[in-house]
Amino acid sequence: MHKQRALRNDLVNSDPHISEFRRILLALYARKAVLVAISLILVFLLIAVLAPLLTPYDPYQQELSQVLLHSSWKHPLGTDLLGRDVLSRIIYGTRVSFWVGIVSVGIATIIGMTLGLIAGYYGRIINMVIMRVIDALMSIPTIVLALAIASALGGGIRNVMISLGISLVPTYCRLMCSQVLSVKETDYVMAGRILGGTDLHIMLRHVLPNCFPPLIVLVTLNLGLAILNEAALSFLGVGISPPGAAWGSMVNDGYRYLNTHPVLSFAPGLCIMLLVLSFNLAGDGLRDALDPRLRGMVE
Amino acid sequence: MASYIFRRLIYTLLILLLVSVIAFMILHLIPGDPVIAMLGPEATQEQINNLRQELWLEKPLPVQYFHWLSNALQGDFGLSILYREEVMPLVFQRLIVTLHLGLLAFILSTILAIPAGVISALRRGGYLDSLITLFANLGVSVPVFWLGILMIYLFGLKLGLLPIFGYASPFEDFWLSIRKSIMPVSCLAVVPIASVARQTRSSMLEVIGQDYIRTAWAKGLGERVVVLEHALRNALIPIVTLQGMLVRIIVGGAALTETVFNIPGMGSLIVQGVFQRDYVLVQGCIIVIALAVALANLLVDISYGWLDPRIRYD
Repeated sequence: MHKQRALRNDLVNSDPHISEFRRILLALYARKAVLVAISLILVFLLIAVLAPLLTPYDPYQQELSQVLLHSSWKHPLGTDLLGRDVLSRIIYGTRVSFWVGIVSVGIATIIGMTLGLIAGYYGRIINMVIMRVIDALMSIPTIVLALAIASALGGGIRNVMISLGISLVPTYCRLMCSQVLSVKETDYVMAGRILGGTDLHIMLRHVLPNCFPPLIVLVTLNLGLAILNEAALSFLGVGISPPGAAWGSMVNDGYRYLNTHPVLSFAPGLCIMLLVLSFNLAGDGLRDALDPRLRGMVE
Repeated sequence: MASYIFRRLIYTLLILLLVSVIAFMILHLIPGDPVIAMLGPEATQEQINNLRQELWLEKPLPVQYFHWLSNALQGDFGLSILYREEVMPLVFQRLIVTLHLGLLAFILSTILAIPAGVISALRRGGYLDSLITLFANLGVSVPVFWLGILMIYLFGLKLGLLPIFGYASPFEDFWLSIRKSIMPVSCLAVVPIASVARQTRSSMLEVIGQDYIRTAWAKGLGERVVVLEHALRNALIPIVTLQGMLVRIIVGGAALTETVFNIPGMGSLIVQGVFQRDYVLVQGCIIVIALAVALANLLVDISYGWLDPRIRYD
């Protein structure tokens, strides 16, 4: 079984007629866990998009006569301390996780890539300054940095996105910088320069596209990380303002009723773990598929 | 060697200087008047004026920074707004708690994760590998605070085996200290264990595919010698790099773990400082953390040469 798969991998990898895209798809297909992970991400994404259609109740509607109900057919996961349906709140929480994840990773990608591109391309003193600032950012724990920035800016979901974005910048910047340094010396960049390409043109048209494969992997992995950190921040109490539903803050709300209503904390936490796990597995799978050095080595 | 260490020291100081700028700027990210934000709406005009004077807020930004820095270099990070105490003694008092739990988590992660990663790589594709990989993947994905709550529910509330919160110093009551630290330390160690195991597995896989390992097997060397002396030794560099980063990961985890288990450590101190808007305290904590991280990185850099004699310090 393993031998067969290895043989097929070898064939796929050595056949010049198979396109790069198909190669990646085949490599992803070879790992079932990755397929499951990607499907799960898609399911969560669907849930987030279709939230209003899926929820049996209004996630913000307080029903004070129905406080802390245990699970039943009417409320599969019961109700919270304000009588709100927990399942509906979890479904809406999916939106918050995706939204914060996507926006903060987007912020980090744009800032980090730009800085890394500039640092790698111009080198010397500019590189030195940018990379030392990145080193400094990297010596503060992500969660502490994000917490301090978000709260200084005044809390709220928008500031959480900004602070998580800033705290994720270093990895992008480093990746980009190292990629640029290796691409910069190639003949085609030299050719571009001889043909009179401006710095900006060379950076955007020749250097940038070469950095995409590792970038895709990093973005996937960081989506998981951003969702995990958003959950931690909202667990601690920065983030979405009270009526809103975020998984992290739901875990915290339920913590007080742990002895009698453990599901209030358990359910949203499980969702965080599943979604983050899916992004991590998908990221690992993509890395193995995109990075030829690892191809076939990691089953 | 000496000049290498000297250069690393200069580099470390430079980074710490930049961290101090970041820590200093956090106060100035606050929209509006930071003094009013910190003291709250009930503050009297006199309190506001006092704090403003204490922080030199009337002066231009660079003057403020150098004033703050020169005090900080003498160990004076100012008075905590929340506790009305000197920041540094307060931070160090809490630091000991975090150090105690964090060190245990670090040791745990080293003695569990490296063997797990090695076994996983050697038995690639086998059941043990699948199991270890599954746990490692879960470990890097689980929300630490949630894991803590699960543990509290299971071992504290349902089984009644362990105390559910608080901290006891091992010098005062050794057994109580152990009982109280089992859950927080396991919680704190989950991410380090998982990430070190993953790193060990992948860097071992890379190494055991090399020709010299095949040669070592072909020579008829025993498994112990090949695995430990030929393979692991060469796979150690990325693992040690990661272990240097664990300081940062563990302190980040401490902010959550100490909040869940109600432990008076530095992690919970930062969280408290942030929520009570005591930025003087937060600044002090950030500097101390950065110092610890910088020290760890320095140790890692120096250990590279010892691990791999091909790396020369010049």
